[in-house]
Parts: sequence; C-alpha cells; structure tokens
Amino acid sequence: MLKSLSWRAATLSVVLFVLFVGAWQLATSGGSTALPPGMDPEYAKLLGLGATQGKSAMPTPLEVGAKIWGHLRDPFYDRGTNDKGIGIQLAYSVARVALGYLIAVAVAIPLGFLIGMSPLLYRALDPFIQIMKPVSPLAWMPLALYTIKDSSTSAIFVIFICSLWPMLINTAFGVASVRKEWLNVARTLEVGPVRRAFTVILPAAAPTILTGMRISIGIAWLVIVAAEMLVGGTGIGYFVWNEWNNLSITNVIVAILFIGVVGMVLDLMLARAARAVTYPE
Amino acid sequence: MSTFRNPFSAATRFLKGCVCGRHASAEDHQRSMIAEAVEPPLASDESRYRRVIESALMRAIFPEDAARRQFLKAVGASTAAAALATVLPIGTAVDAFAQGAAVEKKDLKVGFIPITCATPIIMAHPLGFYSKHGLNVEVVKTAGWAVIRDKTLNKEYDAAHMLAPMPLAITMGVGSNPIPYTMPAVENINGQAITLANVHKDKRDPKQWKGFRFAVPFDFSIHNYLLRYYVAEAGLDPDTDIQIRSVPPPEMVANLRAGNIDGFLGPDPFNQRAVFDGVGFIHILSKQLWDGHPCCAFAASREFVTTMPNAYAALLKSIIDATNHAQKAENRKQIAEAIAPTNYLNQPQLVLEQILTGIYADGLGSVQRDPNRIQFDPFPWEGFAIWILTQMKRWGQIKGEINYAAIARQVYLEADAGKAMRELGLTPPTGTKSIVVMGKAFDQTKPEEYIASFAIKRT
Repeated sequence: MLKSLSWRAATLSVVLFVLFVGAWQLATSGGSTALPPGMDPEYAKLLGLGATQGKSAMPTPLEVGAKIWGHLRDPFYDRGTNDKGIGIQLAYSVARVALGYLIAVAVAIPLGFLIGMSPLLYRALDPFIQIMKPVSPLAWMPLALYTIKDSSTSAIFVIFICSLWPMLINTAFGVASVRKEWLNVARTLEVGPVRRAFTVILPAAAPTILTGMRISIGIAWLVIVAAEMLVGGTGIGYFVWNEWNNLSITNVIVAILFIGVVGMVLDLMLARAARAVTYPE
Repeated sequence: MSTFRNPFSAATRFLKGCVCGRHASAEDHQRSMIAEAVEPPLASDESRYRRVIESALMRAIFPEDAARRQFLKAVGASTAAAALATVLPIGTAVDAFAQGAAVEKKDLKVGFIPITCATPIIMAHPLGFYSKHGLNVEVVKTAGWAVIRDKTLNKEYDAAHMLAPMPLAITMGVGSNPIPYTMPAVENINGQAITLANVHKDKRDPKQWKGFRFAVPFDFSIHNYLLRYYVAEAGLDPDTDIQIRSVPPPEMVANLRAGNIDGFLGPDPFNQRAVFDGVGFIHILSKQLWDGHPCCAFAASREFVTTMPNAYAALLKSIIDATNHAQKAENRKQIAEAIAPTNYLNQPQLVLEQILTGIYADGLGSVQRDPNRIQFDPFPWEGFAIWILTQMKRWGQIKGEINYAAIARQVYLEADAGKAMRELGLTPPTGTKSIVVMGKAFDQTKPEEYIASFAIKRT
C-alpha cells in the first residue's frame, strides 16, 4: 500500500511537471518571424527580437534547459573579477552561509543552554530576543556596512544575525523543557552539573536544538541571495543581480532553480542529522 | 607647448619668438610647420613621450639654447640623436616616464556601475591602459550608487566611478558623513536621455506630463537636476506635479515595462535597451538640454590623493589616457566589443554600438544619427561643480550660505587633470567653460543670481 502510494505520488509529480512545462511552452512560443508592416529594415536591424517580432521576454522551457546545460557543462570558469561560473558563485554563497551559520551555532547553543537552565536569565533576556527576532536580517545591512566597513564581512554578519535567533530560542526552550523526572533522577544519583548537562540535558534537548538549526539554515540560505544582490561582487545573489542587469530572464530562472536545489540539499542534511538524534519517549 | 617640438631640429627654438622670422610667434611657426608637413604630427603615445624625454635631456645638456642649435647644425640631427642614445638609455627613460614614479601600491581596486558612462574606467582594463601606466587594477562591478559610495568610503575600493554631484555631496556631508572627496576627472559628457513608455508617444510636450512618475538613478545625479530643470522650464513643479524616484538603472526598464513608471532620465545602455526591447522610446537626448554636460566621474578620497600621490597620478593618467582613446569615433566599435561581455557591462553588443557610434533606433520608427550622443572628455571644469551646487541649492538639498568657488576648487581638481594631460602630451583647455542649459547661459561667478532667476525653486 505504502509502496503504491509513493509510486502514485511520483507519477502525479511527473504529470504535474509535464503539464506545467507544456503550458509554459505554449504560453511563450509563437510570434511571427516577419517584420511588422511598414518598418524600415535598417531600423529593425537595430532592435531586439522583442521589439520586431513581438517575441515574449519570457524564455521557453527549451531555452532554459539549454542554458542550464550550458552552465552545467562549464560550472567553474573564471573570466575575470565580475564573470565567474555558476559553480564558483554557488561555492562563494555556500561558504558565506557556512561561516556565518557556524559562528551562530557556536554562540547560540552555549548561550541557549545558559538561558534554558536559568529561569532568571530566561525571563530577563526574553524581551530582547523577542524584539530582535522579527527584524529582517537585511535591515541590519546598512548598520553592518557602516560599522564593520567591509562588505563581505557584513554579509557574513547578516547570516550570523539571522540564523542566531531560531537556534537560541529553540535551544533555550529545549533545555528548559527537559522532563523534571530525568533531572531528579540525575540529582538522586549525585551527577555533577557538567556531566548532567552533557549526558542528560543535551541528548534530551537535541531534537529541539536540531529543529532550530534546521530553521536557521533555511533562513540563512534565503537571506544570502538578497544580501549578495545588495553588496555584489561574488555569490549566486550577485549572479542573479548581474543577469537582471542584462534583463536576461532565462539566466534568472536558471539561478532560481539552482538556488532551490542547493537549499533543498542543505535542508536534507540537517533533516538527516535531526533524525539521528531523535529518540522515542 | 615647446615641450613637444623636436629638440633635434636646429630650427626649433626653446625660447620665445619665431625661428625663421616668418611668423609672429613660435606657436604660429609650429602650426605652419605641421601644416607644411615638415614635421609630422605626433600620433602615438610612444612618440609623444619620447619627445618629452628628449626635450628634457637636450635642455639639460645644453642649458644655452644657442649652443644646442650650433651643435645640431654642426653634426646633424640624426647623429646627435644617435650619440645621445648611446650614452643615455632613452628607451628605458620613455618607459619609466610612461609608468611614472614608483607607485606606493600597484594592486588597486576600482568600483564601477555597469553603464556606458563608465566606459573609460572599464575599457582601461581589457584594453590595457592600467598596465601601460604600471598598475594592476581590478575593476569591480557594483550594485548601486549608495553601495559604491559606502564601499569607497570604507576603503574597499581605492577609487570609484561616481556621478558628478556625488563627490560634492560627500565632501559637504549631504546624505552621508562629510569626508573630503575629490573628482580629478570627468568620465563622459552627454550620453543620457529621457525615455518614455510607448503609450506616451503622443505626449511629446512636457506640459502634458502632469502626474507622470519618473525615475532617476540617484538623488545626487545630473539626471535628477536635468529632469527637474526640464519640467520646471515647462512650468511643472518637479516636487508636486510629477513624481521623481531614485531607481537603480537596470530596474528602470523592468519598471517601465511593468508600467510602474512613465519614463526615466537615465544613463545608457538602458535608454537604448528600452528601445531594443520594445518597451519605450527616446524622447530627447540629454545633450539637447545641455550640450556637453558632465555625467559620471572618476572620484577618489582626498586621503588617497595625499597618501598615495604616485599611485593616484598613475591611475589618473590611465583614466585620462583611456578617456582620450574613447573620445575618438574610430575606436568606438572596438570599445563596444571590449565592454559588452559579462565581466563588464553584460549587455548586447548591438545596443552598445548604437550608443557609442550614435547611429541608433529612436523607438519611434526612424534611425537617428548623432555622433555626439555620448562623448568622453576628462577635464573637470570648476564651472560644472558650481552649476551642480546651484541646482542642489535650488532644490533644497543644501541650505544656507555656500562658498561655491571654494568647494568647486576643493573637489573638482582642474590642476591635477591638466597636469596629467600635459604629461600624456595632451593639451589641457584653459579659461572657463561656457555653460548653456536649455538656451540660458550660466555665469559661474554669479551663482546666487542664477538661482534667484528661476521661478520654481525650493529656497
């Protein structure tokens, strides 16, 4: 039954995909190849196909496919400061996200532990966390640029600040809601505070902490594209901006697909990790 | 300009007066000599530099001009040149001269916005003008004017492509912290246009534009001031009768297509791109408002200029050299090809060619020919700065008393540009620039009277 369900789901996915691409192809193809009546050929030569043949600016799925193939065939070329292959751009973005995210992990988890274990700190810091949490990470950008005075560090800072809050809150929450019975057992066995933290609280809170980390990586990947569009230079966000500059919708669509795939991979990695620490109660 | 005369010619006199007695002055004599093709005009940079060096050497060897001429008469010019070359490595000296003094920092970063105004800054990279002057410059594409300003203020860039009013605004601290800034060279003059959406083909008179929404690249841009000037001349108040927004140039075409704006006064390639994509038409070129207006500039902080004078001088020379190359019509096609790739402008070459050659489709069905659509002229006239300051004051961006001439002199470095031009063997212009905007002359000595003469203003 389960097998046939996943089979049916896969078939439905394929059907939906084919329908979508078919509709896309129908909507974007067409347009005549003849010049509009009365247009001077010399004048027409100076214009793009959009102006002379009414060709839609939206590419057909075939054009997008060809572009993707073109990028995949040579993903790591380097033709100067402002023109690098999509593989290099993605690597830049992933490296930025990884760096900002790891710093956030290093800060959020110990701090979350402290907050979770002390009800006083929990209550005292709560208002600050609640105010900082909903701030859009990009709102930090001008402030970061002004104080840090370096655009790539600013981008990493923005990743750090946006991935901090979900992890902090989840860690604190996970640590605070470890079942009292377990802590009491530890106390009756006279387990020291450090050992208690590592052998009782950490495993108990791990699933909640991992959930926070998974939320954070999703946000970090969302934000890096926007941050790179703003500061430019390198990264997939810069690639999108640069192609938008050229009004190349084809390349923008390609970039969207690549961003989606990388985001999915990052999320899958943390989902795996979360499954590894889950325990049945 | 005796520096460029042949020092091996006995007929050349370094001192004042004419050698042959037929002409009133040495300059007249020189001009007629060139006209008579006695001495071919100096074409290449190499030969220009060579002349500068040789003249200096001959002056050093023969402080007495009469002695030099006697010597040349006795042995002949070619013998003298050969003799001098065996003792002194003129070739090496020419190379060293072209590269300037030892630069403090060879690897420089220069930011640019991908528009045709940045042509000299960009093309100096693929066409080798930076390396010719002993620099290794990385040209970095940047997302917008505010970002390029911040990155330059943060010293991520050593120098940058900016809009001509920006160094003035930064120096005065309008829109950012006050930081002493300089503008030693203009990039381009002209080269902008007002583009309107296709639906407005019947509204060619600005008096019909009430309620229009326009985009300009930045608040502190010549585009903003020219658009305001233009609609104000038609009797519309740019603050209440129309809307003007700051929109990054690449978004202008997308917004025009989506109908979010009715038009824009923006930089190329986006005017031509709007025509190319069938989104809009070119209503008027900015040169028809003010022929020879400055647009974009090469800007550097005062700190860079003073702490790294040799790197600054070499960079300025590369830019002026490139600007001079870009100005020549015969180079324009090659430049369009050099700056079209993704690494630079990332635009179709056909669009860039139309802009640079001035043979372009106007979006109304005809092909226009105007070789002066965009021009490249590096000289940063102080008059330009004063005009821009009057408009900043006119529209309320700056308030109170302003010492127009002092700010202009501090930011627009006429002297530095002139020095670099002379070292490149070019002739810097002299005097003051005559400025005529929409038929009205501007007297740079009377800026306050100029502002007072406008009916629509925010003072």
